[in-house]
Amino acid sequence: MRADSLPVEPVIRVSGLSVRYPIGGGGFWGGKQRFVSAVDNLSFSINSGETLGVVGESGSGKTTTGRAVLRRVEPAAGSIYFKGQDITHASGEPLRRLRRHMQMVFQDPYASLNPRMRILDIVAEPLLVHGVVRKLSDAEERVARLLSLVGLPADARKRYADAFSGGQRQRIGIARALALEPDLIVADEPISALDVSIRAQVVNLMQDLQKELRVAYLFIAHDLSVVRHIAHRVAIMYLGKVVELGERNSIYERPKHPYTEALLSAVPIPDPELQRARRRIVLKGEIPDPSNPPKGCRFQTRCPHAVEQCRVAEPPLEEKEPNHWAACWAR
Amino acid sequence: MKPQTDLTASETLLQVEGLRVHFFTPRGVVEAVRGVSLHINRGETLGLVGESGSGKSVTSQVLMGLIQLPGKIVAGEVKWKGRSLLGIDSADYVSRVRGKEIAMVFQDPMTSLNPVFSVGMQIGEVLRYHSGLNRAQAADRAAELLDLVGIASPRARLRQYPHELSGGMRQRVMIAMALACGPELLIADEPTTALDVTIQAQVLELIAKLQQDFNLAVLLITHDLGVVAELCHRVAVMYAGRILETGSAAALFHDPAHPYTMGLLRSTPRLDQLRPRLVAIDGAPPDMAQAPTGCAFHPRCPLATDACLTDAPPLAPRERGREVACWRPFAPAWEQRRETEKAHAS
Repeated sequence: MRADSLPVEPVIRVSGLSVRYPIGGGGFWGGKQRFVSAVDNLSFSINSGETLGVVGESGSGKTTTGRAVLRRVEPAAGSIYFKGQDITHASGEPLRRLRRHMQMVFQDPYASLNPRMRILDIVAEPLLVHGVVRKLSDAEERVARLLSLVGLPADARKRYADAFSGGQRQRIGIARALALEPDLIVADEPISALDVSIRAQVVNLMQDLQKELRVAYLFIAHDLSVVRHIAHRVAIMYLGKVVELGERNSIYERPKHPYTEALLSAVPIPDPELQRARRRIVLKGEIPDPSNPPKGCRFQTRCPHAVEQCRVAEPPLEEKEPNHWAACWAR
Repeated sequence: MKPQTDLTASETLLQVEGLRVHFFTPRGVVEAVRGVSLHINRGETLGLVGESGSGKSVTSQVLMGLIQLPGKIVAGEVKWKGRSLLGIDSADYVSRVRGKEIAMVFQDPMTSLNPVFSVGMQIGEVLRYHSGLNRAQAADRAAELLDLVGIASPRARLRQYPHELSGGMRQRVMIAMALACGPELLIADEPTTALDVTIQAQVLELIAKLQQDFNLAVLLITHDLGVVAELCHRVAVMYAGRILETGSAAALFHDPAHPYTMGLLRSTPRLDQLRPRLVAIDGAPPDMAQAPTGCAFHPRCPLATDACLTDAPPLAPRERGREVACWRPFAPAWEQRRETEKAHAS
């Protein structure tokens, strides 16, 4: 078989991934170690130049998903493949080399830039750490190019982070993430800490960079409106489970899972007439404690369509229409 | 849920005139609020929209008497039912009004509740201070209030502490506390920003319901245009310490007159629409220690002219009961810029 006839490997493929965190018990006082299952049996893939939006509320496991993909937390089960290569248990030097290809953009641009470093040092740091350049002076030109790529003046590199506004800081964070020309960027709520008038700038920038560099994004957010705008495919998470996964338009126009329906109906639309005519599905109660999730379907305690089966058995993620999966017994 | 306007009772409760608040910091004088005038009628919801540093929260803090040094009210008047809340001789009146007739709900329900007192104690304190109830009566009333804001088994909740409650539950407690003395105006500063989407929906429904049931006036401070569209009758858009545009929610959303209002709407992604690209507003909100001259929005405005650089436009009445502070309003600003760019290109 010729190389170019092989199917294109996705940049990242995750299969049956589970992550557990210890939550007390064990240790000095003895007793049985207890765990919270932050992410349970997760499978998805992201292709080059594609954005997967991961949406969920607190405790849904969306941040843990991003961290697991980057190999920042150890998975309890499942596999992670980077361009077809199993990286689930990569460690040491191979893991270090891998980090070049997968970078992260953080939520808070105030906390994620060191105030005592110049922008040059911040953006050049990954280049130095990974030995792309030997000396800081060799990185100057590259940093200037990166800064202009994200729409900052070249002389920004001589200044410190406190000279920049929130939106500009997020651009610096993106420039740093791009420095090593990664294949994947995990962006964890990259715009939610920004002012409304700045958010569009950063969204537009991320989209432009993707077109130019073919970088894949794992875009983690709680804001469904932004995800509709930026993502090609969307995963909806609830208490550590993907409850729905599919093409963007399919998810937003024909949601299958009652939780997705409720989420979509909960987001107010900035149009008084339309918004006041909408019927909202108000979910009862709170998000259950992830360390003690409900039996059966994890959403059954709040689901308006729950049937007997939902209380006993966990629904599998099934393809309800082409390229559109949902985990629900009632649909 | 629809906000309802009771047109028979358009009594003005709150009137703010020419309010100016300065903060005297080591970096210089920060002019946080630079001449804000607004009013709220009985039973009406006014949305105060703005980004960080726009002065929207400072304005609400003035109403609750929460401005402390280095902040200072340097000019302006605030009247509640026609009587001043700011003069020295109005101290008696103020203590009767604040917390009783005007109540406030804050953004972060965790830091607004005292962690070492039970929920019942904290609601009871308000009742005993303002309504003179004894402990037993206060506990009864507190339970009623928790029930009113949709908290199940309220008697048991009274004995709980804030850390035992979820974020949504704490915000309900805050609302119950605000309602304790039957206020006529509820000030809600970003009441749902810290909450999850499905919990935000619950709290928005609750505020709308209370507004209707008690004919409450609500001052809703938010940056979320969707929340405004859902709850507000009228809207005031703030930027750099001034109101740039005010009018009915319908007028503002469908026919924005100020380039900033237009820009906000155009740059916000919408759940119900797919746009090829967002139209971003260039630049960033100004540092209020060095506010721009003239119209504060001019460095970011696609329509700015020389007049905008030197003179701040006054908030002037326009048609449909609207007021706009712009030298060049009622032009579809962003299209107009495109046209000019096209003309230049060809």
